[in-house]
Amino acid sequence: MEFQAKELFAKHGVATTLGVVAETPEAARAAAEEMGGVTVVKAQVKAGGRGKAGGVKIAKTADEAESYARDIIGMEIKGLRVNRVLVTPATPPVEEYYFSFLLDRSNRSHLCIASVEGGVEIEEVAKTNPDAVKKIRIDALEGVTPEKAAAIVDEAKFPAELRDQAIEMVQNLWKVYVEEDATLVEVNPLARLEGDKLEALDGKVSLDDNASEVRHPDHEQFEIREEADPLEAAAKDKGLNYVKLDGEVGIIGNGAGLVMSTLDVVAYAGEKHGGVKPANFLDIGGGANAQVMANGLHIILGDPQVKSVFVNVFGGITACDEVANGIVGALDILGDEETKPLVVRLDGNNVEEGRRILAEANHPLVTMVDTMDGAADKAAELAHQA
Amino acid sequence: MSIYLNKDSRIIVQGMTGGMGAKHTTLMVESGANIVGGVNARKAGTTVELGGKELPVFGTVEEAMKETDANVSVAFVPPAFTKDACIEAIDAEIPLLVVITEGVPVLDTAEVVQYLEGRSTRMIGPNCPGIITPEESLAGITPHTIAGKGPVGLVSKSGTLTYQMMYELKDFGFTTAIGIGGDPIIGTTHIDALEAFENDPETKAIVMIGEIGGDAEERAAAYIKEHVTKPVVGYVAGFTAPEGKTMGHAGAIVSGSSGTAQAKKEALEAAGVKVGKTPSETAALMREILQAL
Repeated sequence: MEFQAKELFAKHGVATTLGVVAETPEAARAAAEEMGGVTVVKAQVKAGGRGKAGGVKIAKTADEAESYARDIIGMEIKGLRVNRVLVTPATPPVEEYYFSFLLDRSNRSHLCIASVEGGVEIEEVAKTNPDAVKKIRIDALEGVTPEKAAAIVDEAKFPAELRDQAIEMVQNLWKVYVEEDATLVEVNPLARLEGDKLEALDGKVSLDDNASEVRHPDHEQFEIREEADPLEAAAKDKGLNYVKLDGEVGIIGNGAGLVMSTLDVVAYAGEKHGGVKPANFLDIGGGANAQVMANGLHIILGDPQVKSVFVNVFGGITACDEVANGIVGALDILGDEETKPLVVRLDGNNVEEGRRILAEANHPLVTMVDTMDGAADKAAELAHQA
Repeated sequence: MSIYLNKDSRIIVQGMTGGMGAKHTTLMVESGANIVGGVNARKAGTTVELGGKELPVFGTVEEAMKETDANVSVAFVPPAFTKDACIEAIDAEIPLLVVITEGVPVLDTAEVVQYLEGRSTRMIGPNCPGIITPEESLAGITPHTIAGKGPVGLVSKSGTLTYQMMYELKDFGFTTAIGIGGDPIIGTTHIDALEAFENDPETKAIVMIGEIGGDAEERAAAYIKEHVTKPVVGYVAGFTAPEGKTMGHAGAIVSGSSGTAQAKKEALEAAGVKVGKTPSETAALMREILQAL
């Protein structure tokens, strides 16, 4: 969110105005009073287009700031509920520019995008005036040296009188990118204020989860628990890779690719069964022992929308007999909690033994189907009937 | 024939003495792959018995290569140390480096990939199952029991979908199956593997498995149209993935309108690639092609 991006900007010496985060209209009023003069009240959500949605208002008085905050807190922007606003002194820009560093997957390196036409979505500028959008490749080993920063500023055609400030800002933004392990650092608008002062008026930072895990324990502070889906949060606590979706067929599988594929196959099958859809993505990884399987089922059964569950496992390193024992063990652990029909498809190493174990357990809620497509069809059918 | 890996491959394992490393070194030895040693600076000079084979531990990749004539390294090094392990192997000029580790910071991988430029090493991964040339060699974690030798070349971003596809086509078999990994930045790409399979006389047809995120599949499609004469069958996972959510693999994310499965499918079809709706349908398409050969 904007206020978090600005905290990272300030930490690395990027000129910005932090403002005050307010979770109530009263707090917004107090902040505006403290600042005096005209303020801006901005919705804080992880989404663009906040202005268009009515989530950014200019308040001439503290009364207005309170009243705008009352309107904005609780509104929804692109499906996200606004829980807080950022109050900053209004600093009308003389000119608005655009600047970003981002991971360039196509070229397997980093890219800088800079434009003297900012304040609007950069994709729009790229369509209407492509010459105004400069894209400059960054060498991953050399990074942004002072010379590179100067070259970027010159190529983007930032005004001469701002050159030194811009070079410093580009270097500091690169510090945000590298030292925080970001995959995106975006400033839009990068504003020229009265008195030729350059400032990051709004910004966005995306962090690399892998790097946060490995070397940035402090990044945990940026996760706002109350905004995460409660099931996703619970899964994360158990170390499970779970994404909540809007459907009726719970999905458990092993391996990201196979689980993505399972969601697709269930969605196709659902077309024949009242349009039921996959309820989630859940990858339990290679192990698939009883406890991990039980944890996974527990999360899925906690979703009231779920009507049936599809367990789709390919036995590779962990052979099917172990997976089958894991499923039987998980059903023991869950006991009466498990009330939804479970369709299991096992394939791969030791599949006969795995199927034999499940058949022998003869759990009343478990149906075995041999193929992925067939099992998806059965799971969708059961969800539709429920 | 095969690509990148064959019966003459001599493999060392970086991180052989760790949990994952020891487990999979054992499985590689059991598969018949020629594992010749491992690297761990703190245990240099010792030996470890894995899979019934006494394996020497060396202090560096360079030393291991000098002593064993190794030409492949498989890395099971924890993510925080993966970059250094890769640079070490690249500096030692190992011809093939297979990085299994999941969770490597993407800025580290970007540095390593840049470092590879102009150097002799081919890197596969990170965050991948590695590469298998059935009945000859295995550098990675793909179960060697799924399928045997045959005419199909397989390249995939996903591990379990690789296994699934090998299983579905096990009666035909594979020249080489390579999992290139699900991270946003990787060493060997779909295009690299397609080029190698095109040039491998034993490979008669190619299965290419992609997933949401980035534009690697679109680029591969353009490459196929220009350069690949062998039949290619494709599969793309993630049609139902919502925008902005990472689906398990760090690179599997639809951002705005880019990286969607639909766009990838259309690009592949425009390049003459038959694309299956499900893994089974994809296998069936390949089956038809193989039966007609």
